[in-house]
Amino acid sequence: MTLAFETRGLVKRFGKTTALAGVDLAAPQGTVLGVLGPNGAGKTTAVRVLATLLRPDEGHATVGGLDVVRHAARVRRLIGLTGQYASVDDDLTGTENLVLIGELLDLRRGEAKARAAELLKEFGLAEAAGRAAKTYSGGMRRRLDLAAGLVGRPSVVYLDEPTTGLDPAKRDDMWSVIRSLAADGVTVLLTTQYLEEADALADNISVIDHGRVIANGTPAELKHVVGGQTILVRPADPARLADAAALVGAVVGRTPESPGRGVITVPVESDTAFTEVVRRLDQERISVTELSLRLPSLDEVFFTLTGRHAEEEENAA
Amino acid sequence: MTLTVERAQAPAPLRKRPFGLVRHSLALGRRSLTKTLRTPEQLLDVTLQPIVFVLIYVYLLGGAVAGSTQDYLQFLLPAILVQTVMFAGMATGVNLNTDIDKGVFDRFRSLPIGRSAPLIGSVLGDLARYLVAVVSLLACGLLLGFRIQTDPLSALAACLLTVFFAFSLSWAFVLIGMLMRSPGGVQGTAFLVLFPLTFGTSMITPKETLPGWLQTWVELNPVAHAMDASRALMLGGPATGPVMWTLLSSVLFLAVFAPLAVRAYRRRT
Repeated sequence: MTLAFETRGLVKRFGKTTALAGVDLAAPQGTVLGVLGPNGAGKTTAVRVLATLLRPDEGHATVGGLDVVRHAARVRRLIGLTGQYASVDDDLTGTENLVLIGELLDLRRGEAKARAAELLKEFGLAEAAGRAAKTYSGGMRRRLDLAAGLVGRPSVVYLDEPTTGLDPAKRDDMWSVIRSLAADGVTVLLTTQYLEEADALADNISVIDHGRVIANGTPAELKHVVGGQTILVRPADPARLADAAALVGAVVGRTPESPGRGVITVPVESDTAFTEVVRRLDQERISVTELSLRLPSLDEVFFTLTGRHAEEEENAA
Repeated sequence: MTLTVERAQAPAPLRKRPFGLVRHSLALGRRSLTKTLRTPEQLLDVTLQPIVFVLIYVYLLGGAVAGSTQDYLQFLLPAILVQTVMFAGMATGVNLNTDIDKGVFDRFRSLPIGRSAPLIGSVLGDLARYLVAVVSLLACGLLLGFRIQTDPLSALAACLLTVFFAFSLSWAFVLIGMLMRSPGGVQGTAFLVLFPLTFGTSMITPKETLPGWLQTWVELNPVAHAMDASRALMLGGPATGPVMWTLLSSVLFLAVFAPLAVRAYRRRT
């Protein structure tokens, strides 16, 4: 199994702040590595080191077996970078942005134009190709940014929070694109603040906190550690909360918690429990205004792994 | 949107083509140029601003310094041409400072191109701004009654020399742009450098009227020589000396500030 990229003991300090405190990441070729963590955990710094934009203070990073510091120029021929903030030129059109990248990647002007047209079509931007990027919607800018990262047909693609700030429909579009990249054998490093996203896309997840990897594994392994999924029920009539709690408790075999305001939640190991809860609620004629089965939030993951809330860390940072 | 991204199964390694730095710099220069043309309000400092300067000097100082506004215009215009193009060069430093922290420069850094290409591209793209500055200033001068006393070819040489001088000096502003945190800081620092250079000259008053210490500075100041060269080429008089001095100082600025600016860019993260 060949590793597409790897970091070992990566340390990066900015003045007194330690952004990376010994980070080990690795992804076999053709897999998606999800790097999960709150703001300020060091995700972007790790990406910047792997993208040859930052030199690590200690440790080393390789892409395709090449050291990112010593062989930066060769590494740059293998990678595609999509930034946390759409890093396209606002004043240029979609086509101009992509043609420029193509020319900088040593394509001939004709080839660069053809490649730009091809990518714009694939990303649903053909109609907007001649418009300045500043007129694009948030979702369109992300797609253009991603397209810009793919002009050189890179074998490793870094996606730094590609869906942060996108509405659910746009996020689903982006997920499809990421899945098709992976299906084509591209190795993807995806940073995200959402366990749901990492779960949906990644083969492996590294949870990062304060510049350290605090958990590592497949999505299934990680979810096992943090307790699988949670059922949430909000009866339409708050008076029936106790009935609902008894019913859910009977199905799941565990007493539900009530975090307040007419809601009960209970962790479950399997999703068949959810079907059963729905059926029984219907039988007992308890109508609900909210009923969901969801993965733990990043905050819950952090609470489980570190005993602290992600929010507190952000405030402390 | 279509959800399949058609790609080559095994990504073909990008082949390298020769003269990369030249091609990449030109491609990035075209980017700068396109951006300038799309945002004409960014051309105010090379169109309206120099005209306002000319009007102020000619009609406020002309009578006092030269006895007539017409004579003063002949005296002022070839010299203020140098100041105008130098100010345009300062904007390169300010714009780069604005641009550099945006994601698009990160993308340039992640591409297999020469580290200096984005800087060279920006400076080359700004040559178009110099051209606009020269044309609008000369047009304004001709409208007000300025007349070239040599020949069109010498006047063209004056413009080209001035542009080359300002281009070389603009690398100093690029360096400042790389070292300062904010565009405001770049502008402030650049003015501190610019004012003694452009006003410590015979641009608005003849050198003989200045105090002795200031005359010494004028004789040392490379900008004063560039202004003398421009005057000689447009109005007549011995041109060889000031032209040689200007070429020499231009090459010197380029040789010192361009490498320093590139180094500062590489160190900036």
